[in-house]
Amino acid sequence: MRSDASFVNRAGIGLRAASTAVLIFLHFPILLIFLYAFNTEEAAYTFPPPGLTFDWFGVLLKRSDFWNALGLSLVVALVSTMIAVVLGTLAALAIYRSKFFGRDAISLMIILPIALPGIVTGIALRSALNISGLNFSFWTIVIGHATFCVVTVYNNVVARLRRTNYSQVEASMDLGASIWQTFRYVILPNIATALLAGGMLSFALSFDEVIVTTFTAGQQQTLPIWIFSQLQRPRDRPVTNVAALFVVATTLVPILLAYRFTRESGET
Amino acid sequence: MTSAAPPLPERRSFLHGVSVVLYRYPFLSIIALLLPILLWIGVIYLGSLTAMLAQGFFYLDGFTGRIVREFTLRTYQELLLQQNIDIFLRTILMAASVTLTCALLAFPLAYFMARFASGRTKALLYLGVMLPLWSSYLVRIYAWKLILAQEGIIGWLANALGLTGVLDAVLSIPGIGGPSLSFSIVGVYLVFVYIWLPYMILPINAALERVPKSVIEASGDLGARPGYTFRRIILPLAFPGVVAGSIFTFSLTLGDYIIPGVFGNSSYFIGQAVLVQQGTAGNIPLAAAMTVVPILVMGVYLLGARWLGAFDAL
Repeated sequence: MRSDASFVNRAGIGLRAASTAVLIFLHFPILLIFLYAFNTEEAAYTFPPPGLTFDWFGVLLKRSDFWNALGLSLVVALVSTMIAVVLGTLAALAIYRSKFFGRDAISLMIILPIALPGIVTGIALRSALNISGLNFSFWTIVIGHATFCVVTVYNNVVARLRRTNYSQVEASMDLGASIWQTFRYVILPNIATALLAGGMLSFALSFDEVIVTTFTAGQQQTLPIWIFSQLQRPRDRPVTNVAALFVVATTLVPILLAYRFTRESGET
Repeated sequence: MTSAAPPLPERRSFLHGVSVVLYRYPFLSIIALLLPILLWIGVIYLGSLTAMLAQGFFYLDGFTGRIVREFTLRTYQELLLQQNIDIFLRTILMAASVTLTCALLAFPLAYFMARFASGRTKALLYLGVMLPLWSSYLVRIYAWKLILAQEGIIGWLANALGLTGVLDAVLSIPGIGGPSLSFSIVGVYLVFVYIWLPYMILPINAALERVPKSVIEASGDLGARPGYTFRRIILPLAFPGVVAGSIFTFSLTLGDYIIPGVFGNSSYFIGQAVLVQQGTAGNIPLAAAMTVVPILVMGVYLLGARWLGAFDAL
C-alpha cells in the first residue's frame, strides 16, 4: 500500500522527462542568443560558431540608430505606462465594488485591444489617424500603446481591491477625510505593489510591442521596429546578435522585479 | 441639512463637499471614475474600430485606384474568391495545429508544476515559464532564425546524428517544405509553437492548481488506479484551462504576420494579406473586410469557450 501512495505523490519518470524537455525547449533559444553574440562569423549562423570575440559589443556601442531606438522605446513605454496606470486605476476603482448594468461591457472593452489580433488594432488606429488628419508622431505611438496597456494595470488593481476591506474606506470617510485623503492614505498604500506590478508588465508590453507600432509610427523607430528591420538586413548580423543579447539582458530586470512584487502578495 | 453641519475651514470645504456628495451618491463617483477610460478606449479605440469596419463597405476602383466611399457589399464578396478562402483556411489550420501542439507540450509541465512541485521548485518553474513569455518577442523570433538556418544548430544536429535524410525528407514535402527550415511552413509552425507555448502553460496550470487534493485522494481510496484518476478526474477538471489557453494560442496565431513573414514562403496568412492590402496594394476597404474574418472566428471561438467553461479558468 505504501508504495502505491508514494507512486501517486511523486512524479513518474516520464512526466519528469517531459517537463524537463519542455523547459529546455523554452530556454535554449534564449541561451543561443548569448552564444551567438560572441560569434566571429559575419555572414552566417554556423553552429558551432567558428570563433568567439568581444568585438561586436564595441561596434554596437557606436551605432546611434540602435541607441536612438532604445531611447524612444524607453520614453514611449514610460509615458504609455503612466497613462495606463491612471486610466487603469480609475477604471478599477469604479468597477470593483459596483454591480451596475454595463459593468461586464466595460471589462470587455478594456480587454478588447489585447484580445483582438494586433493587426486589427493597428489598422483600426491607422485608419482613424488618416481620417482625423493627425500626423504620425511620438504621441500617435503612445496612444496605441496606452490603449492596450490599460488592461495589465486594471487586472492587477481590480484583483487587489477585491481583497481589500472596504470598511477601511468607509471608516476613513466617516472620520471626515476627503476623497483625495482617503485615496492617498488608505487606498494607495493597499494597492501600491499591485500598481507597481501592473505598471511593470505594462512597461514590458509597450517596450516589446511591434505590430500595433508598425501602424501608428511614422518614420520613427522604436526598438522592436529597429530589430524587425535588422531581420531583413543579413549583412548586419553580428550587430543584431549583440543587440539581441542586450535586449534579453535588460528585459530580465523588470520581469524579475515584477515577479518578486506579485509573489510577495500572492497574485499572478 | 447643510445648516446643521459644523462650519468647516474655508480651504477644505470645497473638496469636502465634493467628497460628501460623491460618497452619498456612489453612482456619480462611478461616472467620474469611468469617464477617462470611456473617453480613451470607448471613443478613441472603439471609434477607430467602427471607422475601420465601416470602410469594408467602400470599394477600391480598379481603374482609378481610388477608394469610392459608397455603400457596397462587393468588397465583402471579394473575400469569397478562392485565393482569399485559401488564405483563411491556411491560417485557421495553422492556428489549430499550433494550439493542439501547445496543449500537448504544455500539459506535462503544467501538471508537474501543480501536482508535484512545491516551495522553491515551484517558484523557479513559474519563473522559467514567465521569463520566455515576457522576454522580447522579436529577439525570440530572431533566435529561431539562428536555430533554423541551414547551417544552424538543427542542421548540425541532424548531421551529427545522421538524420540529414529525415530533415531533407521533411523539407521536400510539397506545400509545407522549402529550401531550409527557416523558409518553410514547418518553420513557421515550430516558431509559432515556441512563441505561444507559455500562454498555454499558465492557464492549464491555474486550472490544475484548483483541483482539490482531497478529490484525487478520494478517487484513489475508492480503488481507482492513478491512470484512471488522471483520465476521469484530473483531465476533465483541467479541460477548461486548456480551452482558456487555446484562446490565446489560437487568437495570437490568427493575427500574426511577423512570423510567417520572417520564416514563411510565398503563401500568405491572414495578417500578411491584410498588411499587403492596406500597404502596397492601397486597398484599405479589402484590408478592413479581411480583418472581419479573424474577428468573427474569434467571436465564435469565444462563445464556444464560454460554453465549455473556460472563463472560470482564466
